[in-house]
Amino acid sequence: MSSTPDTPQGGFRLSMLLNDTRYRSYTFQFIALVAIIAAMAFIGGNLVRNLAAAGLNISYDFLGQQSGYDINQRPIEYTSQSTHGRAALVGLLNTLIVAFLACVTATIIGVVAGVLRLSPNWLVRKIMSFYVEIFRNVPVLIWILIIFSILINATPAPRAFKGADPQASMWLWDSVAVTNRGVFMPSPVWNEGSMMVIGVFLASIVGIFMFRRYAKAQLFNHGRLISTFWPSFGLFFVPAILAQIVLGNPIGLEYPELKGFNFKGGFTIRGSLIALWLALAVYTGAFIAENVRAGILAISKGQTEAAAALGLRPKRIMSLVVLPQALRVIIPPLISQYLNITKNSSLAIAVGYMDLTGTLGGITLLQTGRAIEAVLLLMLFYLVISLSISFLMNIYNNSMTLKER
Amino acid sequence: MKKTVFLGALTLSGLAAVAASAGTLDDVKARGILNCGVTTGVPGFAAPNASGEWEGFDVDVCRAVAAGVLGDPTAVEFVPTTGKTRFTALASGEIDMLARNTTWTFSRDVDLKFEFIGVNYYDGQGFMVPKELGVSSALELDGATVCIQTGTTTELNLADYFRSNNISYEPVPIETGAEAVQQYNAGACDVYTTDASALAAQRANFPDPSAHVVLPEIVSKEPLGPLVRHGDNEWGDIVRWTLNALISAEELGVTSVNAAGLAADGSNNPEINRLLGTESNLGEQLGLDADWAKRAIEAVGNYGESFARNIGESTPIGLARGLNASYLDGGLIYSPPFR
Repeated sequence: MSSTPDTPQGGFRLSMLLNDTRYRSYTFQFIALVAIIAAMAFIGGNLVRNLAAAGLNISYDFLGQQSGYDINQRPIEYTSQSTHGRAALVGLLNTLIVAFLACVTATIIGVVAGVLRLSPNWLVRKIMSFYVEIFRNVPVLIWILIIFSILINATPAPRAFKGADPQASMWLWDSVAVTNRGVFMPSPVWNEGSMMVIGVFLASIVGIFMFRRYAKAQLFNHGRLISTFWPSFGLFFVPAILAQIVLGNPIGLEYPELKGFNFKGGFTIRGSLIALWLALAVYTGAFIAENVRAGILAISKGQTEAAAALGLRPKRIMSLVVLPQALRVIIPPLISQYLNITKNSSLAIAVGYMDLTGTLGGITLLQTGRAIEAVLLLMLFYLVISLSISFLMNIYNNSMTLKER
Repeated sequence: MKKTVFLGALTLSGLAAVAASAGTLDDVKARGILNCGVTTGVPGFAAPNASGEWEGFDVDVCRAVAAGVLGDPTAVEFVPTTGKTRFTALASGEIDMLARNTTWTFSRDVDLKFEFIGVNYYDGQGFMVPKELGVSSALELDGATVCIQTGTTTELNLADYFRSNNISYEPVPIETGAEAVQQYNAGACDVYTTDASALAAQRANFPDPSAHVVLPEIVSKEPLGPLVRHGDNEWGDIVRWTLNALISAEELGVTSVNAAGLAADGSNNPEINRLLGTESNLGEQLGLDADWAKRAIEAVGNYGESFARNIGESTPIGLARGLNASYLDGGLIYSPPFR
């Protein structure tokens, strides 16, 4: 479509750059771009000149050098002889671990609290608004410190488990020890035949899906409503447990034991991780609760009333009618809450959790003195994590949008 | 977008780097105040007292320099720095000197471009454990949880020591000494490790100091001293010889009490006269006046006086002179001659 057929070709004059609306915006954008580039070049040049004047240079050689320090939580093999690069990788994984755990927990807390804030029950509603207001209005660092202090002061030290008449005892038939250094619990030991049990377990999960599909088909084609919860529940546990018994307990458990100063063996969740995870989850959960409440309120009351008129029960109205529509409103702000969790996890050093900021931006930076390099790399890492989360969540968001025919 | 963020980071670091310039002495004189980096609070070494004035063994070095250069020991702006921020603060020119339990190491001196002007405390890394654990040697610490202050040489020494003795441990990195003490007292770690002097200083603030022992192993050399930036040797000389003046004063028996008298009456010892500026022109060579060292000694006392007042055996910190005795008493504290 040609909008200006009257304009003579080749009649371009310089003054049109300012006067003609077709070109004016480009002119200003170009000027702004040049100004920004010039400012950046000035600042960058300033940095390079000053570093050169101080006899320093930008170099990433330190990533290949031996780090010389230990890290307590190591998702991958790492010793004090490993490189600074590997220490950064350990930190990155620790960041991802706590961010993932906190995102999942915050979502669960947020959805429950958000739905309950609209509950007809006065007490429940007030308790939930109390939770939201308390957690939303106190800085997350304070929450991290509060939860951590409670954790280290309210739970017993490992040495309280010692002796003939210990002050503290383990939970769940002597299998779980809750101490102020973390929670020690049994870890699975894979003996011969455990693959069979896992195979049976996976097969029963496939079975659950097929059963649900069958139930849906029955509902859609024949109008018969089959209860799915208890059969799924049974399918989930029974075959795997049967296989475990029949094959003579191939999957064993390694129990934590108090040896010397600490519990050894089994699986450990450190106190620092628990404190950070809980604090991020309850703090961000309060924000998510508000998003969920906003999303639900955005669905017109007519929907609820229509569903009620069709004879749906309140629980089903929420899960089948309101929440699916509310998700469209909820997901975009949820993305930024996930990003907040990831970024707030950099407060980890407050409780001694060795995340990316603690390793690369902390000890490595201090031991090598390469502050500019380490901080730039740190920014790059967080940027990549955040952009990846946005990307994935946007895919999910697109799949949830209203599909119009 | 990635690019803008990258350049934004450069902006910040660029702004920080602009401040550094030559002629620190002129800057300090023009400003009329010395910017001195200290710790965020280690009792005895640098901590504000009840009335908010900074006091301590490291603080005395700052005050001595201020007295020498500006003639006023209170003309000091104390900038509390953490293990993390101290080097950036010094490199960027935010502070003129750093007197903050900083260990003199090769890489800090050479790679980070700083100039250590001497050692004012010979320290070493030690371990503190509760008495009830019944531990008498660091070699019995296999499997223990160890609280460490991050950003110091401590964590590297610790990793080396435990590796060379083939014992395992669980490190708990902590940002500040106060948080480390909190975790240690709650039993979240079995052991607290840092420089032995700081262990003694922090133990003095415990509810029951006698319930904790410092193990005999000292696993590292930690020569602590003040430092300045590379590239301004005149300023480095001033700080270096101010510290040496305090040390020499102890060797020569000059104290905050008798310095004025010795300067007025003259002395038979020519080195005392040179130190106090009544002979030769040492102050002028530094770009200061003749009385600079006398003012520094009057302000904070000689090395021994400062030690006894802040961290000595009569204080709650209760550190013995040990390695930090004057060489005349078999220690390592020794000043080059004033001539």
